[in-house]
Amino acid sequence: MTFVQNFPFFSIILSMFCAIVSSVLSGKAAKWLHLAMVTTVLFLSLGVLQYTLVTGESYTYMMGHYPAPWGNEIRIGPLEAIMAAAFALLMLLSVLGGLDHIEREVLGSKQNLFYILMDLLMSSLLALIYTNDLFTAYVFIEICTIAACGLIMAKKVGRVYVSAVRYMIMSLVGSGLFLIGLSLLYSITGHLLMSPAKEALENILPQSRYTVPMTVILLLLTIGLGIKSGLYPFHTWIPDAYGYTTPAASAVLSSLVSKGYIFLLIKLMVRVLPYGSLAGQHMTNVLFVFGIIGMIMGSVDAIRENNIRRMTSFSSVAQIGYIYMGLGLGTTAGMAAALFHVISHGAMKALLFVSISGLCETSGGRMDRLGLKGAGFRHKIAGLGFTVGSLSMIGMPLLTGFVSKYMFASAATTAEPVKMIAAWIALAISTTLNAVYFMRTVLVLYTWVPQEQREAKDYRPSGTEDAATLGLALMNLGLGIASPPVIAVLSKGLEIFG
Amino acid sequence: MGSSIFTNYEEIAAVLLFVIGLMNLLMQPNLVKKIIGLDIMDCAIYLFLAAKGYIQGRMAPIYVDGILSADHYINPVPAGLVLTGIVVSVSVSALMMALTICLYREYHTLNLDEIMMLLHKQEREEELRLLSEGAGEGDT
Amino acid sequence: MSRRNPKYPGSFWEHFTQWRRGEYDPSQGKMEIKAPGKKPERGSWLPSALSQEMRDDYELGMKRRIGAFQRVYRVMALLLALTLTVLLLVTVSFLPAFGDVNAPENNEVARRYIEKGLEETGAVNIVAGMILDYRAFDTFGESCVLFIASCCVLILLKVDRDEDPHSQALEDMNDRHYEPNRDTVLQMAARLLVPVIIIFGIYVVLNGHLSPGGGFSGGAIIGSGLILYLTAFGFERTGRFMTEKLIKSLTLCALGFYCIAKSYSFYTGANHLDSFITPGVPGEILSAGLIVYLNICVGIVVACTMYSFYTLFRKGGY
Repeated sequence: MTFVQNFPFFSIILSMFCAIVSSVLSGKAAKWLHLAMVTTVLFLSLGVLQYTLVTGESYTYMMGHYPAPWGNEIRIGPLEAIMAAAFALLMLLSVLGGLDHIEREVLGSKQNLFYILMDLLMSSLLALIYTNDLFTAYVFIEICTIAACGLIMAKKVGRVYVSAVRYMIMSLVGSGLFLIGLSLLYSITGHLLMSPAKEALENILPQSRYTVPMTVILLLLTIGLGIKSGLYPFHTWIPDAYGYTTPAASAVLSSLVSKGYIFLLIKLMVRVLPYGSLAGQHMTNVLFVFGIIGMIMGSVDAIRENNIRRMTSFSSVAQIGYIYMGLGLGTTAGMAAALFHVISHGAMKALLFVSISGLCETSGGRMDRLGLKGAGFRHKIAGLGFTVGSLSMIGMPLLTGFVSKYMFASAATTAEPVKMIAAWIALAISTTLNAVYFMRTVLVLYTWVPQEQREAKDYRPSGTEDAATLGLALMNLGLGIASPPVIAVLSKGLEIFG
Repeated sequence: MGSSIFTNYEEIAAVLLFVIGLMNLLMQPNLVKKIIGLDIMDCAIYLFLAAKGYIQGRMAPIYVDGILSADHYINPVPAGLVLTGIVVSVSVSALMMALTICLYREYHTLNLDEIMMLLHKQEREEELRLLSEGAGEGDT
Repeated sequence: MSRRNPKYPGSFWEHFTQWRRGEYDPSQGKMEIKAPGKKPERGSWLPSALSQEMRDDYELGMKRRIGAFQRVYRVMALLLALTLTVLLLVTVSFLPAFGDVNAPENNEVARRYIEKGLEETGAVNIVAGMILDYRAFDTFGESCVLFIASCCVLILLKVDRDEDPHSQALEDMNDRHYEPNRDTVLQMAARLLVPVIIIFGIYVVLNGHLSPGGGFSGGAIIGSGLILYLTAFGFERTGRFMTEKLIKSLTLCALGFYCIAKSYSFYTGANHLDSFITPGVPGEILSAGLIVYLNICVGIVVACTMYSFYTLFRKGGY
């Protein structure tokens, strides 16, 4: 075993250890520790990515002295590595983008706690990406949920408690459904690790006795994870959760937390579910329908919203719908498109949330469309960031949103004709709706206002925020221009994922 | 319907309790009752797991008299899962309790529906205020 | 015709009956209870810029909308509950029978845990061996859940006197107004029970690998002993030894040791290196490799967390 193979384990343990140590540090030290930790994780993941691409295969890593069906293990391939790297990069940029807000909005004595939550969130995301064990996944889902709840209420002003309670209730319903699905799955397979569970399922699924239980189990697991990631009919907590907290937390929640659950779902579909099983087909059909409804209804809700942050949150519902639609196509191309959109939506949403915070700040804290009039003149970089993010959302060529939409459209051709046509129509409608509400907002930002209103009033310029905005905008551009290698890694990783 | 419906009483009880807990968590407007529902739901899952681990006529998984044969003890895995699960549910309940305290301090009620209504009203009034302000600015 | 006992009025039984009906409170006038000073006003934070009519109209409309919505919601929820019940019942009916030896989960995994457990982990309690050695990563995650939950509760409830001196929460939280002072019965009981409870907790922690119990249950017992002590004697007494600094450093040491020890064992395991941790002689207190130390760590973390949950809920500090 080469030293590089230890890196995923190091990154998980490092983030947990930083969280533990941060409990006695001051806010400032915890901040630097967090930034250093995320940067280290980023480089470690890149190292792993390089290693797995060179060897061209995935490997398992025992957590302890005992091999697969007895001990815990994690499994690493190119797909996991690129996801970990992307998540670390997004985390770093989001936190940098909201750094000043964290300092202002979170009470001084509690800042180290905020960074503990961030550290543990990172570790749980990494564990969700790498784990090959269903019960480990459950434990880290709970860490992720509690950390997310902590991030929502860290600001302690206004209606954050209500947001946090609503988020917690929906999330707990999701975890409950996931846990009972997991217990039922354990009782018919006898394994908690994914690969042995798949073998067991391949043996027992041909017996008709297990068709109904398997369908119910898949339904429970999917709905559980769907609720947590904000699939359409279960999305009611999203606008509250993303709309009122500190910007770094909004960016992290919308671009990373929901994606961790989606990645786990993909893992379940590929690694646990035998290929082409009847229950699996039911599941993809359900996901497809929910995804399509979400794509349209999320955008409709966003159009009706006046508050810019809540509008962006509703747009998340629509984008999560895209991802589920891709998974629902039931083909490898659809899954690759969904995976690309996981990264691409992360980049877009983080950019939007970070730049929105800058825009609102220069408009006296107003978040309604009227108050933001001319905000693009007051804060040029945030205005630029919002424009780039919106264009990317709509699917402007050269930006990452275009690539995902193109991938979804071409992946639809690999599915059955009904699904293909439905997917295309939904893509067209959703793109139009996206254009309506994002362009409307961009136009508001650049409406002509008299010269004295172009000066920001009590605005404190922040270098890190501008740098993070620019970095995220560049990430959007880079993913849009240099998409072929990323897509190649994703499809290569997907091949050896199962 | 499969044949085990007449033997799996424990599992049936667990499933019924699970649905009761879940519905309480979703439907009760009172936050404390919601937390009780959450605990019922979690306990139902632990009951299910514990029932799955049981084997007729065997002992708890602690070595007695140096017997190492697997034919003497029940399955230890579900017990371990329940242990881990209990800690998770304790933490989650504590967090929900803390949130409930904060909400009560802020709104002086435990009824989530009432709180949502208050917030709706507040939001609408805020919107109206902003609108009237905007109109005022337009005039000058 | 009255059959009433002439001694009945004012007797214990009359008080008992009245107490049962809720008309009589035995503690009234006998214990030192201070009532809270002011009643919080409801809804006073609403901006009053709007006319009353507008508000009434709006409220009426909201009520109608919510009424209709709730009826639909109730029906939907009932349907959902029924569907879920039926689905789960059907699933359960297909599962292996209760107590079946040939059920899928009684496979080679459980067999190895039982047959090789003593040799490989050294723990007499198979479950302890399983969760702290075979599946230790889960258990470390579980301790982190507890840690992160206590961090969240700290964010929510910890009152910072320096930064937030006018917080209404401060006044609210000082609920020592409500509690009886110098309750002799409670104090006597606590004096007798607390040492026993704490010693029993320590016993459960230390014997986690030999008998039922372990870090979590033992820690919870110790924590409840501390809470009983706090209820009986108040914060002044417990504040002398359970300070914020002590709790923080204990948690840090325990979790840090846990993290480092397990990292060492994961690293050596995955890289097939020799580890200096040996199972030891089964049945002794200091056996079973790391398990006993990990149990102690978990016990410390759980006891501290339980205690700090309680103090944070009551007064927002240690």
